[in-house]
Amino acid sequence: MSPPGWSRQEMAAKVAADIPEGWYVNLGIGIPTLVADAIPADREVVLHSENGLLGMGPAPAKGQEDPWLINAGKQHVTLHKGGAFFHHADSFAMIRGGHIDLCVLGAYEVARNGDLANWATSEADAAPAVGGAMDLAAGAKRIWVMTEHTTRDGTPKLVEACRYPLTALGVVTRIYTNFAVIDVTQHGFVLRNKHAGMAIADLKRLTGAPLHAGDAAHV
Amino acid sequence: MIDKSVAKVEQALAGIEDGATILVGGFGAVGQPDLLIESLIDQGARDLTIVANNAGAGQVGLAKLMQAGRVRRIVCSFPRSAGSVVFEALFRAGKIELDIVPQGTLAERLRAAGAGIPAFFTPTAYGTRLARDKETREIGGRFYVLEYALPGDVALVEAWSADRWGNLTYQKSGRNFNAVMATAAKLTIAQAHHVVELGALDPETIVTPGIFVHRVLPLSARKELAA
Repeated sequence: MSPPGWSRQEMAAKVAADIPEGWYVNLGIGIPTLVADAIPADREVVLHSENGLLGMGPAPAKGQEDPWLINAGKQHVTLHKGGAFFHHADSFAMIRGGHIDLCVLGAYEVARNGDLANWATSEADAAPAVGGAMDLAAGAKRIWVMTEHTTRDGTPKLVEACRYPLTALGVVTRIYTNFAVIDVTQHGFVLRNKHAGMAIADLKRLTGAPLHAGDAAHV
Repeated sequence: MIDKSVAKVEQALAGIEDGATILVGGFGAVGQPDLLIESLIDQGARDLTIVANNAGAGQVGLAKLMQAGRVRRIVCSFPRSAGSVVFEALFRAGKIELDIVPQGTLAERLRAAGAGIPAFFTPTAYGTRLARDKETREIGGRFYVLEYALPGDVALVEAWSADRWGNLTYQKSGRNFNAVMATAAKLTIAQAHHVVELGALDPETIVTPGIFVHRVLPLSARKELAA
């Protein structure tokens, strides 16, 4: 039997439920892209893509791909009514200039002080590739992370201090894992809510730094 | 009469020298000026520094130029992508230098070069290994990294429409680095899907005014290349 936990779609639904109407949001490559499909149809959230799109829409139907319209992950996408195109310097002005309300990123590790490591797995990495991760992490108003709570072998990804190369210092404010939703505060990791099948003691054991249960313990 | 349009790719690329720094537009395959890039092989320039977001894919465009051994160094944000086999083989063999730059820093270094700004402070990469040994400064309680402008000797860009004054428009997400790079080089060369009469482009929709552009090659020249 698989351990208790939310599916990636359920994680995406939790993130989407916390995004209010009117936010401009950048979704990182990987699990965060699932959030796009989880945003309720009646809620206007404007998606930004680093390569020069605002108002990014879902993937086109098969056969309807426009070769000129891709996202930062180089997948074919569509553009919503009200969407806009712009060049790379303007795109990153939006990011660093604090105009993006939220960026949701994947992570190798998040430290209790909000440090993020999500771009390189080791110092010896043959050909590193950073893309826009460091700009997004440093520039967006809020950084939320979506990640499995541990690696496949059970090693915590929420840690005292990152061992992987850092992407940015002290930027992550919330983490959505397959087991829990956790705020990153000046006091460290604080549980917002957790999967019903996961005991607090087990959750603490799978977290690499103190996890304050607070009022969310019963959720 | 000002006429920046050229009929042949040889004219478009004339004068590019060994050791040049060449800005190459595009994001992945979209907006990448493959005709100009591949024609650099026949043009003959060597020992090039290429500035581009990606390091090519498959065996076309940038990958083909690298395979031909013309690229000494590449400055980019994301060299690893599906199909970047040529770059990775050269990198592992120590035959190409790699300078990794965060994507937004890359865009802003190019913008700065085109705008006469020699350097700037950015929050991106502060405290990471990509800012190692770089000058930093605390401004208003936050830490920033000093980054320098990144000018090119040449920019190769892909436009959708162009006129003989060098005014350019782009197509959807094909604008990407093209519009920024067009401002940042001593010699900007555009390959254009459509070259139209002067006055045919709506001034409200011109993204790159012709002042930034020196040569325009219609993509119909591709047929000549094949012939």
